[in-house]
Amino acid sequence: MEEWVFPVLRTATPLVFASMGGLWCERSGVIQIGLEGFMLLGAFFGAFFALALKSVFLGFLGAGLIGAILGGVFGIAVIRFRANQIITGTAINLFAAGLTPILCKAVYGSANSSARVDFTEPLLWGPLVAAGLCAVVSWALFLWTPWGLRMRFAGEHPEALQNAGVSVVRYRWMGVVLAGVLASVGGAMLSVFLSSSFVRGMSAGRGFIALAALILGRWNPGLTVMGCFLFAFTDLMQGRLQGHEWFGIKVADPMVHTFPYAVTLFILAFVMGRSRAPKALGEPW
Amino acid sequence: MKDILKSFLGVFIGLGVGLLVVVAVGENPLVVLKAMTGALVSSPYDIGMTLFYTTPLIFTGLAVAIPLRAGLFNIGAEGQLMVGAMAAAVLPQVVSSPFLAVFGAILISGIWGGLIGWLKARRGAHEVIVSILMNFIAVGITSTLANGMFKDPDSQLGETAPVAEVFHSVPFSFFAGAPTGVYTVFALFLPYLLYGVMKRSVWGYQLRAVGLNETAATLYGIERGRVWILAMMAAGAVAGFVGCMEVFGNAHKFRMGFSPEWGFSGIAVALLARGKFSAIVPSALLFGMISKGSLALELETEKMTREYAMVLQGIIILSVTLTHAYKKRAK
Repeated sequence: MEEWVFPVLRTATPLVFASMGGLWCERSGVIQIGLEGFMLLGAFFGAFFALALKSVFLGFLGAGLIGAILGGVFGIAVIRFRANQIITGTAINLFAAGLTPILCKAVYGSANSSARVDFTEPLLWGPLVAAGLCAVVSWALFLWTPWGLRMRFAGEHPEALQNAGVSVVRYRWMGVVLAGVLASVGGAMLSVFLSSSFVRGMSAGRGFIALAALILGRWNPGLTVMGCFLFAFTDLMQGRLQGHEWFGIKVADPMVHTFPYAVTLFILAFVMGRSRAPKALGEPW
Repeated sequence: MKDILKSFLGVFIGLGVGLLVVVAVGENPLVVLKAMTGALVSSPYDIGMTLFYTTPLIFTGLAVAIPLRAGLFNIGAEGQLMVGAMAAAVLPQVVSSPFLAVFGAILISGIWGGLIGWLKARRGAHEVIVSILMNFIAVGITSTLANGMFKDPDSQLGETAPVAEVFHSVPFSFFAGAPTGVYTVFALFLPYLLYGVMKRSVWGYQLRAVGLNETAATLYGIERGRVWILAMMAAGAVAGFVGCMEVFGNAHKFRMGFSPEWGFSGIAVALLARGKFSAIVPSALLFGMISKGSLALELETEKMTREYAMVLQGIIILSVTLTHAYKKRAK
């Protein structure tokens, strides 16, 4: 219990934030491949603001702010100019992968890692509660508020929303900016909560895993969180299986390292049936 | 014609915005520009190196562009080229002819790519997620092999034993030692060859049909899933040439982490070319020059790193997409 539950919750925290961001964005009808880039920049700026302002909370806030700006750039491209959403997301990912080492070197003198965030006690419950709140609030807003309903309509049937006199563009903007904010905060969780510095490439595909969780969860908040837990669990197993022997055969560490990715792939392809994406997903409005 | 102008405009805007990033981290953009362009064509060796950096980008650019024409987004070229390189490093122990070794390597990387297509076509898994997951798995498998079964016992690093001399492709002497040889020549022709295949063959026609209008293609009797699998196999095979180039033409063995994310740069190449095969070579040349140029940054500036190439890739594909997407709003 102690050995698994708490660590799984911890490991899932960044994923929960990122996948909730992806949820809002994709349910509003915009494909969000850029989660990985948002997370990576969030991881850097979370550590950066936490160190610069000597406050962990302001670190998360700063990362969220940067995420909002990035989400805005993404929104201008895909909503205002109706650019291809997958291409724009990919551009954000490439940009983030390139920019973070440069910023890291410019600020901390090394492209590989930042200074250590060591001025406070390690965080325990705060981020877990925040992630839980993020999921519960998303779920409640989705199911029980007119706002959530309109959000879903923007992604399922934008014409209907338009005919009801509600601006589709406005709801998509909210989805896109929320994705930027939440995914960046999720990234900051990696650098400030799960470890205590920014490390080059530390998102390590988690933005895509968050997307996989979203697909596994059929674009549904509760199931998506389950998907995050599943990945967190396999990721922990991976760490604990390093160097372990099975029946006298030692599996090499790089191979064990692929375990979470392989499990995710297996479940995506063979366990769950086809999951239905929001109907108007990817269609510019 | 107008499209080309829009692309050029996008590239220039992108480069301009890219220089703003330089200013933002506190470097002199003129110094950066000079460092990046300084050693592109100043000697035969430099020309050779610029071509050497362009070659894998042509292959990976095609590995993204081929499935793009069928409506698939392949971000798995990185994994495909690694599998290809590992196969190229190991096959010479089994076969004796260089031709067979190359063929086997691209066959294996093709199967790796085809697997993505199969998972998409038959299991309904999204190709973007599948390809990124398979990249991680490819890294795991190849580094396990390079550190285990096929490790060079004489080396401390994770690399395979060198391949025999018969398999080496000899670089052209003109380039004074740059590892630029037949693979570069082949790469320069391949996009035009494939252009012909796309225009003239049944297979190319079916692929384009599925990419343009899935429903219409299905009604016409083209099996969508089969086209997807074949497109991804072709992509994997083309990406496998990067592995062959690395193993037979450059390092003569598989080295862990040999690829500076060529697979991802290929995305930028294909997107700047807007999926058009005829534009892959100039697009790869631009990003090849950027990659080569940014290597100099670490020596000649204090704060910039070679990753600046990726920053430019991201900004350029975004700005090119925007210049193409921009339309004056109807009043």
